[in-house]
Amino acid sequence: MDYKRYFQPFFLIIVLISIQLFTYFTDTGYYLTQLTMAAYYSLVIIGLCVLMGYAGQISLGHAGFFAIGGYISALLTTYNLLPYKDHMIISFFSKTGLLVLRENLYGIKILNVHPWLACIGAILFTVLIAYIIGGPVLKLKGHYLAMATLGFGIIVFRIVLGTALFGEADGLSDVPAFTLFPGVEVSGNLTMRIQNYYIAYGLVIIGLIILINLINSRVGRALRSIHGAEDASDAMGVDTAKYKLHTFVLSAAFAAVAGVFLTHYNGGIGPSEASVMKSIRYVAIVAVGGMANLWGALTMGIVLNYLSLRGYFGSFDDAVFGVILIIIMLFTPEGLLRYQLLSQIKKVFSNKEPRTIHNEHS
Amino acid sequence: MNILEIRNLSKSFGGLKAVNNVSFAVKRESIKAVIGPNGAGKTTLFNLISGFLPCDSGSVLFNDRPVHGLKPFQITQRGVSRTFQHVKLFPKMTALENVMIGRHTHSKAEFIAGMLNLPWTWKEEREIRNTSMELMSFLGISSLADYEATSLPYGQQRIVELARALACEPHLLLLDEPAAGLNMRETAEISQLITKIKDRGITVLIVEHDMSLVMNISDEVVVLSYGQKIADEMPLAVQKNEEVIRVYLGEEDA
Amino acid sequence: MSLELLFQYLFAGITYGVIYSIVAIGFNIIYNTTGIINFAQGEFVMLGGMTAVTLNGFVPLPVAIALAVMITMIVGALIEIIFIRWIVHPTVLRMIIITIGVSILIREVALHIWDEKVRALPYFTGNEITSISFKGVHVSPQVLWAIGVCSIIVIALYLFFSSSSLGRQMRACADNRNAARLCGIHAKNMVTLSFVLSAGIGALAGCVVSPITYVQYDSGTGLAIKGFTVAILGGLGNSMAAVAAGLLLGILESFSIWIMPTAYKDAIAISILLIILFVKPSGLFGSKEAFSLKEF
Repeated sequence: MDYKRYFQPFFLIIVLISIQLFTYFTDTGYYLTQLTMAAYYSLVIIGLCVLMGYAGQISLGHAGFFAIGGYISALLTTYNLLPYKDHMIISFFSKTGLLVLRENLYGIKILNVHPWLACIGAILFTVLIAYIIGGPVLKLKGHYLAMATLGFGIIVFRIVLGTALFGEADGLSDVPAFTLFPGVEVSGNLTMRIQNYYIAYGLVIIGLIILINLINSRVGRALRSIHGAEDASDAMGVDTAKYKLHTFVLSAAFAAVAGVFLTHYNGGIGPSEASVMKSIRYVAIVAVGGMANLWGALTMGIVLNYLSLRGYFGSFDDAVFGVILIIIMLFTPEGLLRYQLLSQIKKVFSNKEPRTIHNEHS
Repeated sequence: MNILEIRNLSKSFGGLKAVNNVSFAVKRESIKAVIGPNGAGKTTLFNLISGFLPCDSGSVLFNDRPVHGLKPFQITQRGVSRTFQHVKLFPKMTALENVMIGRHTHSKAEFIAGMLNLPWTWKEEREIRNTSMELMSFLGISSLADYEATSLPYGQQRIVELARALACEPHLLLLDEPAAGLNMRETAEISQLITKIKDRGITVLIVEHDMSLVMNISDEVVVLSYGQKIADEMPLAVQKNEEVIRVYLGEEDA
Repeated sequence: MSLELLFQYLFAGITYGVIYSIVAIGFNIIYNTTGIINFAQGEFVMLGGMTAVTLNGFVPLPVAIALAVMITMIVGALIEIIFIRWIVHPTVLRMIIITIGVSILIREVALHIWDEKVRALPYFTGNEITSISFKGVHVSPQVLWAIGVCSIIVIALYLFFSSSSLGRQMRACADNRNAARLCGIHAKNMVTLSFVLSAGIGALAGCVVSPITYVQYDSGTGLAIKGFTVAILGGLGNSMAAVAAGLLLGILESFSIWIMPTAYKDAIAISILLIILFVKPSGLFGSKEAFSLKEF
């Protein structure tokens, strides 16, 4: 097992701690809020990176999975079950502590699903949806796959926008904090800002490590072979349909986790999280970072989302990502932080790299 | 004992009968060649056997069990592997990594084990790597291990693809025009390698145009023309077969 | 439902359906010539409508429309020249993302030029309440304009591709680019022409339906998706089928209000798209074998 692969997450941890300490000492703690939000969006992005860059499947509807996760969790933790409290199932759940009583914004007592249950339920539900639509969708290729995923995202958007249960255009708000351990909760509470920063990036680091492991494993190799030559991969005994599906579901799970946590952090969610532009944004960032470059996607994800959230792009927000997409695809389809570029830099420091036969003779 | 039996296999594309009621058998640990003029249906036949095309009628039996209708990866799991007419190596992966993919059916680490980097997978990875290196040595290409596969010269790519197919530990190996695009020296090398493979106990079915290779190493030869089988004999007999001569060289002027 | 209401829904459906068909035909023209799906197709419709509305403030309506169509055609040509022309060996993924990027760009530029208000051209004849009566059925003359103009577009295209020299050259390019070039056809110009043509018909259609459907800076995306649905429904590349499929979708959408809330109306097109993709991607009128031979 090569430990070198963990260099990047380790480096990231150092950078993250440095940033947090910096803001602490310069009393600029408010930066942490947007950084935290950027972290969650980056979680979606690294999952998508593995799907697009390694398994080679495009998804123009990934915001849909983020939204499903966020909305289901929000719905479960804000829908008042008190009127039904005499119903057999409800009172049973209530007694087992799966439902909690709390006060909403107006001081009225309401009965909701416990945040833990809601979180797990939302993620499982999203994974289920991904399994169901993944099967037929991944049989498609090229334009058809792109359009099908785009269509999926739009359907999710239309459903949350048009259904009263999901708050229509206003979305769902008053989503309660989500207590991870006693004293540590995911919420927008200012006293919890530093904790939430670390929670968010903790998830990112865990996600990063999981994906790095996956890429370097037998499965990762199989995924790259599918991307490289799907027929040949099939002929070599790789169940390509199964692997594509599992990768799709994995990336959907990442998006769902991000959706759930960000919703509780923000205290709410709106239909814009399911919009086409959000999905395009994710794809744009993966493209910029280098399709098959996890580290690049993550870095670009944090930086670009942070800038966007702080309003640096102003009213040109959407346009920026559109332009990024065009420029990257026109000039450097392999992404800015191409793997080749990085490995060429790495070559300077190490002498054991895949070399091509052309290099040897030059 | 026949490792492979093709019975009344047929496949049409629109109105064209690409493979028309073809039947033959392949004996264990032998080398059988499928030859015929261009358009005779040879590669279609291979695609039918390896599961890339569904057949219209007929059956394919591997070790007496039907494999027609199975997906390619399932057929590979049963012990059949193949190479392609135009080399299909995985780009952006080294030659060694290409061969390691061939070990997929003989290894187990799936998503969870991979994501958690469980310790038992380290041993499996080492085994995969070592077995792949051994295979590459067997074929004489171990020096190519770290080169990006598609950047290698064509002849060497063919051998890498061969190593990859062997990594599946097949009982039956399907080689689709292994000598295509190779010069005489490279063709002789490939012939030797194929014989070495047969000596390891692997049955080989080859589609080929190069007569020197076919006649030198095959135990039996099947001749196809316009989708139909016109001969199924030992090489010397095929060379004297009038129908075969007519199909390749045309009618003798009366 | 009264007969009167039935026809109202029907004509509404036909009006929208006709736009979808034109967008789909635009997709087909570019796809047939280049193999690319131009995600920015819907923006041509939007640009045509918006430009005409602005110009209408200065020049008479027919002139405004003509100018708007020409301007949009120029935009189409520019898109092809700047973004598409010089890419060697484009992969499907790359072209999809580029055209998506282009459509976003156009939309954002439109937002900054025109802001987010809806606009509409004045009715060509009469106004919103004039209607022509025929045996008890009332229809707005604009609907007839829309049907008429789009029918002329379809017929003109049909004649163009089947009878004119230029049309035949484009078809040759679509079939086999290298062979066409060997015959002296400038393949690159044919590609540009296909973009210009698609842009032109989109713009014209946009102008003629805008009094009824209104147009705003982001109308393009929805149209692109529905147009793509229609193109697939009829079989990608088959423009006659696209006409039928477009009308079908428009009418289905229109009558859907009967059974489900309006909010979900847009989801119908997507659902149809997904169903077709999963069940019969070659479309209602396409052949399965021809479809599987298409390269991606």
